[in-house]
Amino acid sequence: MANVSILNATGAAIDAVRTEVAAGPRGKRPKKVLSGRNIMVYGTLGLAALYYLLPLYVMVVTSLKGMPEVRLGNIFSPPMEITFEPWVKAWAQACTGLNCDGLSRGFWNSVRILVPSVIVSIAVASVSGYALANWRFKGSELFFSVLIIGAFIPYQVMIYPLVIILREIGIYGSLTGLVIVHTIFGMPILTLLFRNYFAGLPEELFKAARIDGAGFWQIYGRIMLPMSLPIFVVAIIIQVTGIWNDFLFGVVFTRPDTYPMTVQLNNIVNSVQGVKEYNVNMAATLLTGAVPLIVYFVSGRLFVRGIAAGAVKG
Amino acid sequence: MPHPMSSQSAASKPIPKSSGRPNQLFRNLNSKIALTPMMLVAAVVFFGGTVWTVIYSFTNSRLLPRASFVGIDQYERLWASSRWIISIQNLLVYGILSLIFSLVVGFVLAALMDQKIRFESAFRTIFLYPFALSFIVTGLVWQWILNPEFGVQGIVRSLGWTSFTFDPLYNPDIVIYGILIAGLWQGTGLVMCLMLAGLRGIDEDIWKAARVDGIPMWRTYIFVVIPMMRPVFITTLVLIGSGIVKLYDLVVAQTSGGPGNASEVPAKYVYDYMFQAQNLGQGFAASTMMLLTVAIIIVPWAYLEFGGKKRG
Amino acid sequence: MTDLSNSVSIRDLSLSFGAVTVLQNLDLDIKDGEFLVLLGSSGCGKSTLLNCIAGLLEPTDGQIFIKDKNVTWEEPKDRGIGMVFQSYALYPQMTVEKNLSFGLRVAGMPKEEIAKRIARASNILQIEPLLQRKPAALSGGQRQRVAIGRALVRDVDVFLFDEPLSNLDAKLRSELRVEIKRLHQSLKNTMIYVTHDQIEALTLADRIAIMKSGVIQQLDDPITIYNRPKNKFVAGFIGSPSMNFLTGELADEGGRTVFRTNGTSFSLAGYEATETLPPGRKVVLGVRPEHIKVDGDLAGEEAHDAIVDIEEPMGADNLIWLKLAGHTISVRIGGARRYAVGAKVRLGFDMTMASLFDAETEDRI
Repeated sequence: MANVSILNATGAAIDAVRTEVAAGPRGKRPKKVLSGRNIMVYGTLGLAALYYLLPLYVMVVTSLKGMPEVRLGNIFSPPMEITFEPWVKAWAQACTGLNCDGLSRGFWNSVRILVPSVIVSIAVASVSGYALANWRFKGSELFFSVLIIGAFIPYQVMIYPLVIILREIGIYGSLTGLVIVHTIFGMPILTLLFRNYFAGLPEELFKAARIDGAGFWQIYGRIMLPMSLPIFVVAIIIQVTGIWNDFLFGVVFTRPDTYPMTVQLNNIVNSVQGVKEYNVNMAATLLTGAVPLIVYFVSGRLFVRGIAAGAVKG
Repeated sequence: MPHPMSSQSAASKPIPKSSGRPNQLFRNLNSKIALTPMMLVAAVVFFGGTVWTVIYSFTNSRLLPRASFVGIDQYERLWASSRWIISIQNLLVYGILSLIFSLVVGFVLAALMDQKIRFESAFRTIFLYPFALSFIVTGLVWQWILNPEFGVQGIVRSLGWTSFTFDPLYNPDIVIYGILIAGLWQGTGLVMCLMLAGLRGIDEDIWKAARVDGIPMWRTYIFVVIPMMRPVFITTLVLIGSGIVKLYDLVVAQTSGGPGNASEVPAKYVYDYMFQAQNLGQGFAASTMMLLTVAIIIVPWAYLEFGGKKRG
Repeated sequence: MTDLSNSVSIRDLSLSFGAVTVLQNLDLDIKDGEFLVLLGSSGCGKSTLLNCIAGLLEPTDGQIFIKDKNVTWEEPKDRGIGMVFQSYALYPQMTVEKNLSFGLRVAGMPKEEIAKRIARASNILQIEPLLQRKPAALSGGQRQRVAIGRALVRDVDVFLFDEPLSNLDAKLRSELRVEIKRLHQSLKNTMIYVTHDQIEALTLADRIAIMKSGVIQQLDDPITIYNRPKNKFVAGFIGSPSMNFLTGELADEGGRTVFRTNGTSFSLAGYEATETLPPGRKVVLGVRPEHIKVDGDLAGEEAHDAIVDIEEPMGADNLIWLKLAGHTISVRIGGARRYAVGAKVRLGFDMTMASLFDAETEDRI
């Protein structure tokens, strides 16, 4: 029984020490949510976000108003009465010159340009990148350097000779011609993208495949392709947004009836004839921006990776 | 398994040198076939096309290219043209300001994003989405926002400040700033992303060391982090720089070069003279000047990046 | 198979990338069924040599024979070789079975034959349960087994190993090392094995070729390499802790040749010199830590005083660092014997196991 009391006494002594310890700072340091630093950081970011979001908001709001309401003034105020008429008009009735079938024509032209351009340019560039990464030969690096330097040359310098070449072949003004142009000017960045990716794959994998007796196309198709899905997605993102957003090549290499969407949009909005229908203009602008925006929001991180890869290296 | 020739006797035979190999041209044949499009593009379009344009900039070609050389006539005429001078001035103002602003804003945003904040991906999505849009879309939206009647100016006036004036797109003196606002809106997100990647690439231990040493954060940024990010800054600079020279669609969409020709830029000059004014010689000369500008930006960078470190 | 003809012969092989010479006029004969290890630090050209043999790199000059056939210009697949890589190099999107059969399928081999070969290889390597898995679902050891299996199914004369165990942790490495040795004993193929790990080299090899700057420094069996290194580089490269080197000169003391350093003389009695030992010649004496006798081990031979500087107990062994005649030397003794820092020790060198190198040429004398 005595033992118990001694034990208790010891326990009390330990408790005393414990309380002493507990008096000081312990555990996680409490954080103030509204610290000056947080206000500064989130405040600045919030303001910046507002500046970036504003135009999108204005586009949406304006495109949903009727013309009388637009004329009343405030571009920032939300629509009192939501109408989708401007969207319908922009898509199906807006005029460019004598054509009054709306942006739909430009949209389908852009699609017809986009699909083959993306496929052809990526097919050519991925094979080139693979050859450059794994099957170098004398002179291949030289041509590659010329290609990369070409990425920096202003298009304006090469555009007229290209017009002559396409005219000689007889495809100037056709969609085929524009597809070729997009493939040509997409090559530097895409080839670089694929070359870097394939060069980053373990070299031993390539060696193992060669020991196994696989040839150029077999290694490409059966070893490399199945491993490079992400980089293909990145390339598709770069090409879809790039080609969809192109204006210069569209205006130089097509005729009015084959104008891509951006060119047609510019003609609709900046036409000098008639009364300006701002709501229709904004609806048309949103429609044109929709495709790259959807690509952007769907692809998320891959888009960032794509522009970083395309931008930093190119 | 008897073999007619032991390795010893094989080795003692005269050795055929590999330099005498017969099939050099057909080695890696598949690779050469696969690279044919790339080589054609590099040689014909990029190299050939550039050389062709430069050569024809010394001719008096008008509607069609003609090989009658007139020396530097086209360049003299170019630099005597007030429209070209305005284009160059605009490009300089736009270029210098957009370099400064996009680097500063891009870096500050990236530094703020790097503070282990919440909603990081939401903020990044917001800052970067304009980059997905075309210059045409960008130009048209900002044309609308800057519309003096309905846009920012109109709203401030309707709030009571009736003398407020902000109409960059209709004032020749400040029109280039109106374009700059739109250009920055479209492009800073990219700079922010590049800077953020650069910041993330910096060793965590640097921050720990600075914290243990008691160095304030802003000092760490200025004296340690920014010098470490030199390569990122240079690449970004080159990127923005070569993008600026190509500035075209944005101007076309936002102002069509107006009012008057107050917002003309070189790339638009080239297009107009080549494809509308049917004065090819002027177009070639102007585009050659663009090439020269880009070369001035690129060559020192390429030399630093590739020439200095590696051999030749 | 008793006929020890050469399986792989390399004649006058040179390789340079631009101005950088990686291999220089290299000659090497590898006997049928031999296990040859190419050993060297990174950048010595050992992997380059292996890649040349495999046909993955083209030599600038010279010839390569495999099974008496000049394969210098042959494609890798036609050389009768299989290769195992450091990173395993398994095709990530294929199952183990597809990985094993890829080469055979490319070659258009009949299905039954492929199945037979896979069954045999997976039986030898005990990877049958893994056949339907993807490489990502395998451990490092299992992956390397599959990689070996890929070489095995090719049914080739020569196996090439490029640092196959370097990516594995220490325990797995020693397990697989034993397995590779067992594999060699049962298959009796020629094997060429590149490594920077001297333990792997010493344990696996019939012969070791030690390389430096694209030149083979010594080609011998492991025991000879260890005990009779041809030059100072080989002596220093092999052995851990490494050999003690003492710089000094030869001298004549009363008719017998001694090694003298900083005023202290060591008798060279028992050393088998390959050249004459003229007094005054500048030399380097090399003695391995385990060839130094301390205190109780001494049996009346010449001994010197040394002071204990640092003691490093390593369990089975105890490594002590001693100050002797102005040099710091390491001595390996039994783990149970302990010394205090500053203690005085008597020690003697076992000259029958020592090496003498010319100070200039660094070659053994």
